[in-house]
Amino acid sequence: MEMINIKIDNKDIKVAPGTTILDAAKSVGINIPTLCYLHLHDFDITNKPAGCRICVVEVKGRRNLAPACATDCYEGMEVSTHNIRVLNSRKTVLELILSDHPTDCLVCSKSGSCELQTLAQDMGIRQIEYQGEQSHYKEDTSPAIIRDVDKCIMCRRCEMMCNDVQTVGVLSAVNRGFMSVVAPAFEMNLDHSVCTYCGQCVAVCPTGALTEVDNTNQVIRALADPSKTVIVQTAPAVRVALGEEFGMAPGTRVTGKMVSALRSLGFDYVFDTDFGADLTIMEEGTELLDRITRHLNGDKTVKLPMLTSCCPAWVNFFEHQFPEMSDIPSTARSPQQMFGAIAKTYFADKLGIKRENMVVVSIMPCLAKKYECQRDEFATNSNPDVDFSVSTRELAHLIKQANINFTSLPDQDFDHPMGESTGAAVIFGTTGGVIEAAARTAYELFTGKTLEKVDFKQLRGMEWIREATVDFDGTPIKIGIAHGLGNARKLLQDIKDGNSSYHAIEIMACPGGCIGGGGQPLHYGDTSILMARQKAIYTEDEAKTIRKSHENPYIQQLYAEFLGKPMSEKSHHLLHTKYFDKSKPAEIDE
Amino acid sequence: MTQYKMHLLVCGGTGCRASESELLFHNLKKEVFEKGLENDVQVITTGCFGFCEKGPIVKVMPDNTFYTQVKPDDAIEIIAEHVIKGRRVTRLLYVNPETEQHVADSKHMGFYRKQLRIALRNCGFIDPENIEEYISRDGYAALAKCLTEMTPAQVIEEMKKSGLRGRGGGGFPTGLKWEITSKSQADQKYVVCNADEGDPGAFMDRSILEGDPHSVIEAMAICGYCIGATKGIVYIRAEYPLAVERLKIAMKQAVEFGLLGKNIFGTGFEFEIDIRYGAGAFVCGEETALIHSMEGLRGEPTIKPPFPSVSGYLEKPTNVNNVETFANVPVIIIKGAEWFASIGSEKSKGTKVFALAGKINNVGLIEVPMGTTLRDIIFEIGGGIKDGKKFKAVQTGGPSGGCLTEKHLDIAIDFDSLTAAGSMMGSGGMIVLDEDDCMVSIAKFYLDFTVEESCGKCAPCRIGNKRLNEMLEKICEGKGTMKDLDLLRNLSHVVKDTSLCGLGQTSPNPVLSTMDNFYDEYLAHIVDHRCPSGQCKALLQYVIEAENCVGCTACARNCPVNAIAGERKGIHVIDQATCIKCGACLEKCKFNAVFIK
Repeated sequence: MEMINIKIDNKDIKVAPGTTILDAAKSVGINIPTLCYLHLHDFDITNKPAGCRICVVEVKGRRNLAPACATDCYEGMEVSTHNIRVLNSRKTVLELILSDHPTDCLVCSKSGSCELQTLAQDMGIRQIEYQGEQSHYKEDTSPAIIRDVDKCIMCRRCEMMCNDVQTVGVLSAVNRGFMSVVAPAFEMNLDHSVCTYCGQCVAVCPTGALTEVDNTNQVIRALADPSKTVIVQTAPAVRVALGEEFGMAPGTRVTGKMVSALRSLGFDYVFDTDFGADLTIMEEGTELLDRITRHLNGDKTVKLPMLTSCCPAWVNFFEHQFPEMSDIPSTARSPQQMFGAIAKTYFADKLGIKRENMVVVSIMPCLAKKYECQRDEFATNSNPDVDFSVSTRELAHLIKQANINFTSLPDQDFDHPMGESTGAAVIFGTTGGVIEAAARTAYELFTGKTLEKVDFKQLRGMEWIREATVDFDGTPIKIGIAHGLGNARKLLQDIKDGNSSYHAIEIMACPGGCIGGGGQPLHYGDTSILMARQKAIYTEDEAKTIRKSHENPYIQQLYAEFLGKPMSEKSHHLLHTKYFDKSKPAEIDE
Repeated sequence: MTQYKMHLLVCGGTGCRASESELLFHNLKKEVFEKGLENDVQVITTGCFGFCEKGPIVKVMPDNTFYTQVKPDDAIEIIAEHVIKGRRVTRLLYVNPETEQHVADSKHMGFYRKQLRIALRNCGFIDPENIEEYISRDGYAALAKCLTEMTPAQVIEEMKKSGLRGRGGGGFPTGLKWEITSKSQADQKYVVCNADEGDPGAFMDRSILEGDPHSVIEAMAICGYCIGATKGIVYIRAEYPLAVERLKIAMKQAVEFGLLGKNIFGTGFEFEIDIRYGAGAFVCGEETALIHSMEGLRGEPTIKPPFPSVSGYLEKPTNVNNVETFANVPVIIIKGAEWFASIGSEKSKGTKVFALAGKINNVGLIEVPMGTTLRDIIFEIGGGIKDGKKFKAVQTGGPSGGCLTEKHLDIAIDFDSLTAAGSMMGSGGMIVLDEDDCMVSIAKFYLDFTVEESCGKCAPCRIGNKRLNEMLEKICEGKGTMKDLDLLRNLSHVVKDTSLCGLGQTSPNPVLSTMDNFYDEYLAHIVDHRCPSGQCKALLQYVIEAENCVGCTACARNCPVNAIAGERKGIHVIDQATCIKCGACLEKCKFNAVFIK
C-alpha cells in the first residue's frame, strides 16, 4: 500500500491512506485527548460525531481547527497537537462543557470513573471562566437505568449503541441548541419506551448521565436483618471481570476471592448462578431435543429454530419488537430466575424457612436482570423469586464499603448444594457459550453416546453472527449465534421471512455476551478487556472436572428429590415462563 | 394567445398580499369585466417587484406606469381614469423624496436606477402561475439548448466560464461543483435546491420561487443533465406556503408541457422534481444538515468530507445549490458565459440579490451587479436612512456576518471584499442601522438568533454561543466588566475556530465586528454604565426636570409601580430604585418635563 507522509508535532510519520490524525498521532505516542470519540476495535464500532471538539488540532493551511478523530491525513499534512491556539481552544471548550455540567462530583455515582472528570484533571482545569445558566431536564428512573440528563454532554455514544448496534432506537437527540438532550421519542420515560435495559448505553456513557439503579443499600439492609436468610448467586461473567475493579489485570479469574468476599459481607449462603445455568441446560436442552425429534418425525406444528431465552434484554427486545414470534424462543427461564425459583421452594424447604424470610440476591454483569427479577410472573404472592439484582460494579462498591481487602483474600469454595456447577454453566458468560453447553448435553441425550470432545470450537469467537453445524452422530444440527441486538434482529427477520434453516439460535443482547454486559466494570472502549474476559471464561471451563450440565450431581439430586424430570409439571411451573406482547405504543408521558 | 392592448401587473408577493393585493387584483378584474374590457385588458398577478416599502404595486404595461401603495378601492379609479381615459392616477405615483416630483416610470426611480435584474428578471413581470408567460420570455430555451446542442461537459464548461458562485453564502464556484458531482460514479445522483432560507430579514429565495419558479425548475433540470441525475428535490421551508404553492403549480405545468418527466425534448433525458419540507431550522441551510433532514433524520450537520458531491442524499452523489444560484443558470446558457462574466467584479461575476431592511427608506428586494458600493445600495437604491437619521452601520450576511460602518461604505462589494472587511456576503441579508441602534444590543440580537438555531451537536456552538449571549446580556444590563470583554473576544475566536459547521464558525462574527468597529460603545456600557443609543433599558434613567414640572400629577397617576412622588402643583421625583423604565411618564407628560438620562 502506498503510504502518506505527514508531520505531527514536527515528527515525520508514514501512515496508510484513511488514517485519522488521532490514530496517526497515537502511533508515535502522542495522545490527543478525546471525549465523545469511542472506538470498540474488536467489534468495528466507532462513535465519532466530532461533537465535543476536545480533540481539535491545528492543521497547517486550514482556516479552523480540525477534529483529530474525524479528520483523515493527507500527503504533506502538518499537524500541531498542542500549540497555544490548540490548547486555549481545547481548554475553553472543556470549560464550556463543565459550565453546563453539575458539579456534584463528590456524590456522583460515576465519580472516579467519569471520563469528563479525568479529562478535567488531565487538562488542569482549576476554574471555570465561562459561567452561566445550566440546562435542566427531568430525571428518569426506570427499574434498571437512571437517566440524569443534566450530566449529558451530548457525546451521542448511547445513541450510537442504542440505534446502530442494538437497533432498539430508544435514545436519540431531541430539542435544539442549548436545550438539546438525548431522550426517548416524545421525551417519554424509559419504562414507557421500548428500552430493553441492555445497559449498553450505560456501559459507554462517559459521565454520570446514564447509570444503573443502585440496589446495594437494599442488600446491606437485608444482610443486617437477623430474621432473613440471605442467599447470593453470582453469574459466570462476574468472576472474570470483578478483579478489574480492584486493579487486577483483565481476565483475572477471581472466583475464590469473590466467594470469600461475599461470605465476609455476611451472606448466609454463597451460591452460584451456574447451578441455575446447569438447570437451564437440562430444561432448555430437553425442550430443544423434543422440538428437533418432533421435527425430524415430521411434526409440522413444531417451531424451529428454537431461540435461547436466558438473556433478559433479548426477551424484552422480542416482546417489544417481534411479539408475533414469541412462540419461538425456549420457554425456559433464565438461570437467575431458575435459581431463585428453586432457592425459594426446594432450598427453603430444606432449611425449613418461609420464602418471605429468604432474600435472594443475584450478582449480575447485567442491568436487564434488575428488570427481569421484578417481572410479575417471577413472584409468588408478591414475593419475588429473586429479590435484588446487583451489578458487578455494585458488588465492587459493596466490597469496598465493607473494608474488605479484596486482592489479599484467600480463595474459598461455593456452598452446597446450589454452588455446584459444571464447565458448561461457566461458558454461559460469553457469546456462544449457552449453545455450546446445550450441545454438550443434547448430544449425549440425543445419541445416547458419550461426548468425548466437549469443546465445540466452531461455536466460539467474537464475530457478530456465527453459524456452525454440529454433527449429532449423523444428524447435522444447524446452529446460529448472534450477539448485539442488531444482529439478533437480522436473524429474527430471516426467521420471519422464512429464510432461516437453523435448528437453534443463541442470542445475547450485549456485544461479547454477558462478559460485555451493561453491569460490568467499564471498559472505556478497550475491547481487548472483553477478549481477556472471554479467554478467562474458557479457562474456567477447562479447569472444571465436570463439564456437562447433566452430570452435575446436585442437579441430578434436585431432579431425583424434587422436580422429577426435565419438562415435568413441576419444572413447567417453576422453571418455565411465557412471553407477552409489548408492542403496543406506550402512553406518552405528560 | 389573446393579444391584449394593456396589461395590469399586480404584485402577488407575500408582502403585498399581506396588504390586500389579492383583493386589489379581484377588484381590478371585476372592474375590467364590468366595463366590458376583458378582451383588451389583462390583469395578472406577478411575483415580487422588490419595492416592498411602497407595496402593493400595480404596474401598467405598455406605458410602464408604476403605481405604489395601491389600495383595493383604488381599482375603480385606475380602470376609469388610466385604462379608459388614458390619464395616469397621479396620486398613486411614486414621489421622489428629493424633488417631491411624481415619477411614473420605475426606470426613473432611484430604487431601480442602479439595479440590474438577472436572477429577478421575471419577478414582477410575468404571471408565475402561467408557464406560457415564462416560455414567452425564453423560458426552457436554455434547457432545450443544453439537451439538443450541448454535451454535459460543454454546459459545465460554460458554467465554469461564467464565474457564477454559489449565492447561498459559501460562494463556491457553481460550475466546479457540478463538475465534481458529475465525476462521481453512482447508479443514482440527486440535484437538490436549497430553499431553506433562514436569515432574519432575508427573502430573496422566497421571492424568486414566488415570482419565477420555472427558472429554478429549468436550472435544476440543466444541472441534472450535467451531473447525470434524473431526480431533483427542492428542500423548502414549510413557512413559505405561497412559494410552495407556486412551485407546485409550476412543476405540474412543466410536467404537462413535457419539460419534466421522461424523454424531455425527445432527447431521452429524464428528470423529475420532488418537494421536501423543512421545519424552519436555520442550520438546515447547511448542506449536510439539509440532506439529513431530507432523509428523515435529525437536521444536524456532519463533518465534511465526505462532501455531498461524493456522498449526499441517501449516500448518493448530490449537488446542492441555492435558489438564487439556480435562477441565474438559464440566462447564462441563453446569453452566454462571456456576457455574464462581463458583469460584476473580478472574482465575483454577475449580480447579487439583497433583501434590504432596517432603518432605510426603501425596504425591499434589490439586485445589483457585484462591485456596487454599499453607499450606492444604501443611499441611492435604499433612499437613505429613515427619518433623516444618521447612518451607523450595515449588517451584511445575516447572523453570520458582521457590521460594516461609514468607513466601509465605498467598498465595492463582492464575496471577497466583504470577507476582507470582516463581514460576509452570506445569502444576501442587509440590515441598515442608524444612530438609535445600540451595537451591543445588535450583537445580542444576532446571538439570540444563533442560540435559538444551534442544533446542539457540537459543544462550542451549543454552549459557547449561549455564554456569549449571556455575557452580552450582562453588558447590556450594565453589569459587565473589562474582563468580560477579554472573555468575550477569546470565546468568540474559540467558537469560530472549533465549531463543527458554518453556523458556529460564523456566529460570533456580529460580536467581533461590533467589538472591532464600536469598541467605544462596549466601553460606555461597562465603564460608564451608559448606553449611548439609549436602547439598553437597564442603563436608562427617566428623570423629571424640575424647571418644566408643573405638578400636574399625570406621570404619578400613570406610573404602574408608583415610583413617582410629588404633591399636586409640586415638583415630582422618580424613585430610580422602583422605576421599571416603562416610559409611561414620558408619554403622559405634556410639559416636556420627563426625559431620559
